[in-house]
Amino acid sequence: MMTLSLLPTVSPVQVPGLPYRAGLGLKNEHFKEVLDTSPDIGFFEVHAENYMVAGGPFHHYLGLIRERYPLSLHGVGLSIGGEGPLNREHLGRLAALIERYQPHSFSEHLAWSSHGPVFLNDLLPLAYDAATLSRVCEHVDQVQSTLKRPMLLENPSTYLQFQRSTLDETDFISEIIRRTGCGLLLDVNNVYVSCINHQRDPLAYVNALPLRAVGEIHLAGFAEDTDNLGDRLLIDDHGAPIDSAVWQLYEQVLALTGPVATLIERDNQVPAFSVLHAEAQHAERYLSQAHP
Amino acid sequence: MSLHDDFASALLAPDQPCPDGLFSSNGADPASRFAVYRNNVHSSLINALATAYPVTAQLVGDAFFRAMAGIFVQAYPPNSPLISEYGSTFADFIQGFEPAASVPYLADVARLECLRVSAYHAADTPWVDSQAVLQQLQTQTNLGAQHLQLHPSVGALNSAYAVVAVWAAHQTEGALATLDPWHAQGVLVLRQGLSVKVFAIDGGSVAFINSLKHGSALEMAVADALEASAAFDLHQCLALLINHDALTHSLPEQKVSP
Repeated sequence: MMTLSLLPTVSPVQVPGLPYRAGLGLKNEHFKEVLDTSPDIGFFEVHAENYMVAGGPFHHYLGLIRERYPLSLHGVGLSIGGEGPLNREHLGRLAALIERYQPHSFSEHLAWSSHGPVFLNDLLPLAYDAATLSRVCEHVDQVQSTLKRPMLLENPSTYLQFQRSTLDETDFISEIIRRTGCGLLLDVNNVYVSCINHQRDPLAYVNALPLRAVGEIHLAGFAEDTDNLGDRLLIDDHGAPIDSAVWQLYEQVLALTGPVATLIERDNQVPAFSVLHAEAQHAERYLSQAHP
Repeated sequence: MSLHDDFASALLAPDQPCPDGLFSSNGADPASRFAVYRNNVHSSLINALATAYPVTAQLVGDAFFRAMAGIFVQAYPPNSPLISEYGSTFADFIQGFEPAASVPYLADVARLECLRVSAYHAADTPWVDSQAVLQQLQTQTNLGAQHLQLHPSVGALNSAYAVVAVWAAHQTEGALATLDPWHAQGVLVLRQGLSVKVFAIDGGSVAFINSLKHGSALEMAVADALEASAAFDLHQCLALLINHDALTHSLPEQKVSP
């Protein structure tokens, strides 16, 4: 594969202002408990699409929780890697949410999920070639100019690769960051999952990224499967506690980046709030040991 | 065919082979890896339907529901990233789904659950004192020309089956033995504060509420209700709406542009 030599960045990435603490994905099961107990959590993150509704309990509770905590808005449906143009209506809905809740950060994925009229509800993989690169950069530019703020782009977890790819994933991501000035949402679980699935060294992957651009870290659990050769196939399902290998990689990442806002993600088999709070506290122990 | 054309169509059609041009760095069959994406797409959408239609799922059992939802997902994948809106045509699909014909009220239970999801996310309105609305109505000289505004969460439907009773029986343990679904029942769904509520109402009240929702003035809505059922009781229906903050205000006669 061809590799790009990275040019020094022209303008420094403006890292959005989440606190250098551990945060939790806000689940509707936990709305009341969060308000009743005011747990010491660094920030909450919500999936933007869940709040693209007219009214009702979701807005009621998010409004109250936003008064007490910093907020990260995380999109899962913009399809930045899609072949077609970005959905302007959807971008408008994101702008309205940002206006309403003034989040400290907005992030989306290096993936596609819409094609033509169909929304596939999954974060699908991209071929890393020059055509895809310029398309993704145009889309990131459009997002940032519409939302009038820099966004964070999340590295994906993937299960297969494209023969058409001419760039390494890390070079592809680095080049997007260089061209658009967006930040990086470094999902450490995705790094681990993808690197196991593609026989790559996770720490080498991390080191190949422009770590100065990291504005947030995600941690999550994965599911374990095997492919037809019986090799480990890890699936990013956000349905389990964070694996010890991911904690270890997180510690190594923090040694390189210094403290970074860190989100514990859990979207399936959501446990009691106290279980997630304990994971956040565990992350804060690593954060407190990381040197700026 | 573009790369994403191939990928998207293979994702939605389980019988189609995995697209060309894919590989795994360990040499594994890419189809065994592609299956992860296909499973993610199907199971996430089926899970979304299972979350929105819990009683529909209980009525036919999890395995049957997931198989039925899977066929729906393949035939009618979402057209919007707003998954909370996905499945608005699911009840119509169930209505025509032959293997579910032995549970004839299944589609109407799904319609009730669809109204509940819409009510949960419906727009908020400023709180109004229902007694003030009532007093305002009572002082009107031309009451019949008044346009009553319902809360955006209000939805009503008619069923040939006792779907409110069926739905309610699945909210608590036991008591299913006494359930008789074989009589007609109207459904009212609304959100009061943060709580979505479900009521059994008569056919006249369903007609009245739907007529108001379509913008009819009070007099016309009452006429529609009486046409549906001569036994329609306006006072009882208004009391139900007012007691649950579902009547937000009343506007004098509106000039409707042609």
